[in-house]
Amino acid sequence: MTAASNGGGEWTVASVAAALAAREISARELTREYYERIARRNAELNAYLALCPERAYAQADRVDALVAAGSALPPLAGVPIAIKDVFTMRGVPTTCGSRILEGYRPPYDATAVERLEAAGAILLGKTNCDEFAMGSSNENSAYGPVRNPVALDRVPGGSSGGSAAAVAAGLAVAALGTDTGGSVRQPGSFCGIPAMLPSYGRVSRYGLIAFASSLDRAAPFARNVRDIAAVLDAMAGRDALDSTSAAAAPPQSLAALDQPFRGVRIGVPLECFPAGMNAAVREKVEAGIAQLEQLGCTRVPVRLPHSEHAIAAYYIIATAEASSNLARYDGVRYGMRVPGATLMEMYQKTRGRGFGNEVKRRIVLGTYVLSSGYYDAYYLKAQKVRTLIARDFANAFAEVDLIVTPTSPVPAFKLGERSDDPLSMYLADIYTVTGSLAGITGISVPCGATTDGLPIGMQIYAPAFGEARLLHAAHAFEQARAKAQMN
Amino acid sequence: MKISREDVLKVAALAHVELADAEVEMFRSQLDSILSYVAKLDELDTSAVEPMAQTLDSGSASSEGTPLRDDVVVPCAIREEALAAAPDPAPPYFRVPKVIER
Repeated sequence: MTAASNGGGEWTVASVAAALAAREISARELTREYYERIARRNAELNAYLALCPERAYAQADRVDALVAAGSALPPLAGVPIAIKDVFTMRGVPTTCGSRILEGYRPPYDATAVERLEAAGAILLGKTNCDEFAMGSSNENSAYGPVRNPVALDRVPGGSSGGSAAAVAAGLAVAALGTDTGGSVRQPGSFCGIPAMLPSYGRVSRYGLIAFASSLDRAAPFARNVRDIAAVLDAMAGRDALDSTSAAAAPPQSLAALDQPFRGVRIGVPLECFPAGMNAAVREKVEAGIAQLEQLGCTRVPVRLPHSEHAIAAYYIIATAEASSNLARYDGVRYGMRVPGATLMEMYQKTRGRGFGNEVKRRIVLGTYVLSSGYYDAYYLKAQKVRTLIARDFANAFAEVDLIVTPTSPVPAFKLGERSDDPLSMYLADIYTVTGSLAGITGISVPCGATTDGLPIGMQIYAPAFGEARLLHAAHAFEQARAKAQMN
Repeated sequence: MKISREDVLKVAALAHVELADAEVEMFRSQLDSILSYVAKLDELDTSAVEPMAQTLDSGSASSEGTPLRDDVVVPCAIREEALAAAPDPAPPYFRVPKVIER
């Protein structure tokens, strides 16, 4: 039996559940189908870095045993999911896309990984990403770039490019990524699939190998908003192993989707639609806003006056935190070691050769902005601007329920087009870093394509812990857009 | 110029990262343009603004807070596995180049 049993379309959480319950397919057969797809496409896409079939088939057999016993199935039973290679998985190679962790097999599972598996998901393997999640194109992986399945000469976005490409190419039903400054939302927009940023604190970071601890979030990709909600609900919640995971009430976002959508107030920030912006991005996001208005939403102009300072604040804070977090890779406890005559020489050679250029650049920048004499001018200043950016959102959300912006100022660019100019790469994160700094929740949903067929994403933001409201609107939008396209 | 070759070498030494000669000049010029760009933060008067290190309140028991757990010692029995991942384990230690001269 193959995916053809799914009516020729792609599998979803709901169609997997229905097919298992009707015994049209077993979890083992479905797992095999996905590994066959990976075997056919991965050489070209480079989306997966490691597979874990033994673990996946063992889980599939547990699901099939539940089906055979007539037991109730957990919410993600039998759903094949890919995991970004910055999450630890017990015994499975975990590299963070870096040479410095080549061959590392962690002795424990990340909490998000453990919860997905506890919900019945089948974890297929680890996906490629920019080294230590630092990048917007997936070209900073030590294991080669990922190609965008929509256009093979283009980047899939980054840093979670492998997870985005895997879902877009049908090599996983859903995927786990991480989003620090846009690393899930932007590749989602580039590959034409929904991609969500949960609120800071919503999902445990235990086992999410740290880049910038005050910004990092575990974040899902799927082919539709309903599946995003199912994956989020399975992962969310307080974890004693992450002191920054929040004791908030569960999101219950899946339950919210079936409520009637009556329309809400949507804020459209003037700053996010500057003169001279990419015409196709403007046109398709405007069309998305018009679609939301047809659903009964009211469009309200809002201001986010400190947006133009967000990139500068973000890259100071993120690199400062990275320089501290990445101090642990020193050739002593895990990963590679380059021998040296002294301990210091061993540290310096291991880090000099184990890290790639973007990681070294950010470690040097982060160390500089924290160093004596520069701390107040750069790091403290950036933390104060972060307060102003969070305040901008608080002020806007006093007037509106949701905020709509483009996800990225441009669609997917060509491989190699920007890799020599780090600053221009950073500037493309303009719409996503604001929400990262403020700790709020957001989603990128497909809203159209360029004349060349390159996907464009529309970003929707909601206040922190407003995931149910956010996904309710995103789901209504997705349904309306699908209906409009059929007519 | 915001950052000199000597600054890059000094910071790389602080960060324990060896840089090749070609990398020093490449990073110097790239960091120079990044630091020139981030200087735009100086446009903002932040003298009356509190810095934000975290978006969540810690220690609060509110629905969106992050309460601290009880301070109870929990055993963590993965010493063998942790050592197994090291490049040069000498159980129960991690071995490193000699740092003490006698």
